[in-house]
Amino acid sequence: MASMTFREVEGSSLKYWMLFGGTGLFVLFGFLSYLYMHHHGHVVTGMDNQIVWGLPHVFAVFLIVAASGALNVASIASVFNKPMYKPLAPLSAILALALLLGGLLVLVLDLGRSDRLIVAMTHFNFMSMFTWNVFLYTGFFVLVGIYLWTMLDRNVKAYSKAAGTAAFIWRLTLTTGTGSLFGFLIARQLYGTAMLAPMFIIMSFAYGLAIYLMVLVAAYAWTGRPLGDAVMMRLKTLLAVFVAAVLYFVVVYHLTNLYFAKMGSAETFILRDGGILTTLFWVAQIAIGCVIPLVILLTGLGRQRSWIMIASALVILGGIAQMYVTIIGAQAYPLDLFPGMTVKSSFYDGVIHEYSPTMAEFFLGLGGVAIALLATIFGVKVLRLLPVNLDDATIAKLEH
Amino acid sequence: MNDMKSMPDNTLNSPERRRFIGTATAAAGVALIPGVMLFEVAHGRPEDQAVSSAVRWGMLIDATRCATGCDDCVSACSTENGWTPVAESQHPRQAPQWIRKLELQDPLTQKETNLPMLCQHCGDAPCIDVCPTGASFRRADGIVLVNRHTCIGCRYCMMACPYKARSLVHEPLNDTQKPDVPRGVGCVEACTFCVQKLDRGDGTTACAEACTAAGNDAILFGDMNDPDSAIAKRLRELPTKEVRADLNLDLSVRYHGI
Repeated sequence: MASMTFREVEGSSLKYWMLFGGTGLFVLFGFLSYLYMHHHGHVVTGMDNQIVWGLPHVFAVFLIVAASGALNVASIASVFNKPMYKPLAPLSAILALALLLGGLLVLVLDLGRSDRLIVAMTHFNFMSMFTWNVFLYTGFFVLVGIYLWTMLDRNVKAYSKAAGTAAFIWRLTLTTGTGSLFGFLIARQLYGTAMLAPMFIIMSFAYGLAIYLMVLVAAYAWTGRPLGDAVMMRLKTLLAVFVAAVLYFVVVYHLTNLYFAKMGSAETFILRDGGILTTLFWVAQIAIGCVIPLVILLTGLGRQRSWIMIASALVILGGIAQMYVTIIGAQAYPLDLFPGMTVKSSFYDGVIHEYSPTMAEFFLGLGGVAIALLATIFGVKVLRLLPVNLDDATIAKLEH
Repeated sequence: MNDMKSMPDNTLNSPERRRFIGTATAAAGVALIPGVMLFEVAHGRPEDQAVSSAVRWGMLIDATRCATGCDDCVSACSTENGWTPVAESQHPRQAPQWIRKLELQDPLTQKETNLPMLCQHCGDAPCIDVCPTGASFRRADGIVLVNRHTCIGCRYCMMACPYKARSLVHEPLNDTQKPDVPRGVGCVEACTFCVQKLDRGDGTTACAEACTAAGNDAILFGDMNDPDSAIAKRLRELPTKEVRADLNLDLSVRYHGI
């Protein structure tokens, strides 16, 4: 196999520092939003005792799910022995770490008592899926960290496949855990199903790859390094397969629910009567997040890099919408304490719960995205993560 | 009296007499001690004594007696536990409500039912299962509580509770707090079955007292494990149901007339 040269990006240009500073500004906004929420309490958010998990959770869960998906490219290289993906693997690993970092920060800064994080690190209830996730996230950092080390240090390169396989199994477990945060809840009609675990895994494949593609193209375009169509065509076909699989899972999930009479009204709410949630489901999640990207990726448009970028961006936007519908939608529909009865109370029983996120929540969520990007931008400057050349001729040599 | 008179004087201090008195006293003691201990458990408990699972506090709510428009149980809870009534809150959607009145109607028959809804103190509580730090816990006597020191405000228990019984304290609290009912911003809270009253030995809750005072007697509170308690007797007589019985959560609150 031909050898491949990896090099840090120089990162001394004005453009680099503007990107760094711009992203850093959003990190700052996120931090200020956190201080504001922490000082005043959650009363300054749109969350209440009906919608208890709001926009920060949408961003946090999206980033955590995307993190495990971003590792996919590396897994294909080491676990499934595809030499073409090997030079793409280090970026995949750093992106996975960065996205998880961003997601986790949003999650912990949205706690009612974020100052008690140490309690979460020292008191465990092993019946809780949340507790298991704490270990899954920590293990992910460790395993992907080791995996990245085996990729960057020639002395330990022999362990790369073993580390890659361990990280691959771990990431599947991690996303199963994330899906099960919701899947293990009996109270809410739209949760409480084993479907959510595999669905989250396939969602992670799509979101993670879409983010990876955008970062890869941006990094090569902005550093002036050659990136051939061979890589792009392979990855965009993979993205199309993942997006189609997400669509399949969404269809099966809703069809199954529709068939059960007890789920009828909750499904009707999401699919027809849910106002903004219904719009988000059909327009953002299904059309923008799945159908349009599929059309772009599977037709002639998909041969043009700019269209692949548009498709990737749409998959990301659709993914955030899917998280919004999944997390907010299930809470907006009231708990059915007395099936078949109409219910009224001072505590908003029996009514659809409204949710209007505030700017603080939005910027806290964006802060997580910004942290992930900032860590990646910094990572490619200090570590040899990106091959100098990914043109078609170089890639062709790898495969022969 | 006649027996006493007929008794010879010398038998008063006879060894048989003394043995009899000794045995009788011991027997009475053996018979009384569990009763005294149960009394202790059920009626006030020294602070250094652990809660016993011999007691299971429970509530029977008779929806047929719950009056339309009456919310005395809610006001009493608010006063006893120091949470601001929702009507007085500046942020009603975010205001904690430990107990609330539900108005149900069957759309087919138009039959209306009133009942208070509160933490059901499940024997197999989803909030305890999901709590990452173990802050949600169940006392030996069946009361489900939140440890104020280890709740991190993640709200996972609120996602998991099928009864919408829990609230997050969304804003810093004013000085209406009660010294024996600790609360705090950023923590989750719910009905405690007035644990402070039970530990003082009151044997009942503020809502049950208020309901009785209003003359409705819709709420009966007591030890379900004690076969002679009023609640245990009523539960044997009345047909009762658990809300969302399909979930099989072993609730400590039973409803009649739903």
